[in-house]
Amino acid sequence: MINDILLSSNKAKGKRPYFLENPEVERVMNITMAVAMETATLHERLDTIERLLAKKGILDRSEIEAFVPNNEEVIERQLWHARYVARVLRMVQQELEAMQQGPEQNLSMEEVANRLRNS
Amino acid sequence: MPTPVNLPPTHDRLAKHAVFPEFDHDETARYNFLTNLNKHLSTVISPGNKVAFDKRVRPQFMAEHGRDFDTPDEVKEAMLQDPHYQTWSALRRSAMEMRQQVGRATVLRQANELAEKVAKLNAQSPDTLTINPDVSAPHYMTMFDSHIMPGSYHTELFPGDVSNAASYDSGLFVTSAGMLGKYTDGGGKALTTWLKATYPDFKPKRILDIGCGLGHNTLPLAMAFPDAEVVGIDTGIPMVRYGHARAVALGVKNVQFMNLDATQTGFENESFDWIQTTMFLHETSTHAMQRLIGEIYRMLKPNGLSLHIEQPQYTPQMSVYEKFIRDWDALYNNEPFWGAMHDVDVRTWMTSAGFEEKNLLQFGAKAENDMEYPKNPNAPEVEDHGRSPIWNVFGAWK
Repeated sequence: MINDILLSSNKAKGKRPYFLENPEVERVMNITMAVAMETATLHERLDTIERLLAKKGILDRSEIEAFVPNNEEVIERQLWHARYVARVLRMVQQELEAMQQGPEQNLSMEEVANRLRNS
Repeated sequence: MPTPVNLPPTHDRLAKHAVFPEFDHDETARYNFLTNLNKHLSTVISPGNKVAFDKRVRPQFMAEHGRDFDTPDEVKEAMLQDPHYQTWSALRRSAMEMRQQVGRATVLRQANELAEKVAKLNAQSPDTLTINPDVSAPHYMTMFDSHIMPGSYHTELFPGDVSNAASYDSGLFVTSAGMLGKYTDGGGKALTTWLKATYPDFKPKRILDIGCGLGHNTLPLAMAFPDAEVVGIDTGIPMVRYGHARAVALGVKNVQFMNLDATQTGFENESFDWIQTTMFLHETSTHAMQRLIGEIYRMLKPNGLSLHIEQPQYTPQMSVYEKFIRDWDALYNNEPFWGAMHDVDVRTWMTSAGFEEKNLLQFGAKAENDMEYPKNPNAPEVEDHGRSPIWNVFGAWK
């Protein structure tokens, strides 16, 4: 059986061109575009579900537009948003924490290993 | 509902034949995203390259050198430093790679089923498919993966594998933003429409399509001339195997497929009335092209016709910027001979083999799109360099 998960993302023969000054930025851009595609895909799936529900008379799409959450629902939804955005921007938070913490909280593991070896 | 721009059709509008890979909801949605991304890149982001060139790249070059650009290479070196061109190029490359990944992920999960379907259909008409195991892919095909398609046209992941052909069949829609019709045959259709209107007395009995790939532009020839015998040849075994099954599935009977090297086919002298190549020459090499035209002339009957759909040739009137921007695919979408093809003097190429100057012809044919989707004929159309739906055709009568 072929490993379609691995093979799907194979590199093509020939050197890959990089256009941005910094290849790390281009790598991140590629990952971001893939995520953008997945977001669009999710959006299309949700759109399909909404339209199917409307066709079956379960739900009118205008109900979605007019929906106002009650207080309990507001809390649940905002919690979801808070957790979501924290996940997305985790990296920035961690860089900030590194600035806030002193050098003792930012030892490299080489340094820690050295200290352990000598203590 | 009126739209401010010409929206591409959705991928589900492609016609499905018996060997077309199955797409689930999200796979379709991914291709829809990529089609829209390509459309956005070509109509919104790509024109910015000319703005960057006019507003900062060219003025800066002139200030530094005291003269204008002389060559497309000079433009390339300068543009590669420009942030807008960098961003557009990085995004376009990314879009091309994602198109390959999505197509591949879709076909590989069903690779065994596809191979079985193809084998079953091919067994229904064994006389019209010839596989020559001794014919290998030529060097100009094996040095790199064409269109950054991993494995290119010739690779089989297991015996009977046709996954790349199936991915190619499903994905041309994405790179052409759905302009080629529901069977991706808009080019071949444009050609036969032009031919029948211009030369109504031309009734070819035997037609050769060189570099036919999966036959998407071969079948329109067979369907337009149902009394003719059409032969499609390509060096990619998976391509002809899939192409033949596709033809059987679509009920086109007057066509056969063979894996053959076009520079040494073994066909008899003067055995074809019409010899066609469609977007094939830019996937060869200088040496192969020279051998090819000799072989075409040899196989063509007197009063026969040879036509080639290809990239437009560079002319002295074309600006260095235009030449530069049309070469993007050569370097960055793994079509290295595309750039060289722009500089080939095709008239000399044809006359060198024996075609007479007075019998040469050149015209443009607009790809026919029979897809049913809301079109807005009033929305402006922006040309995506090298991907124009107007096909450049040249050729000669013998």
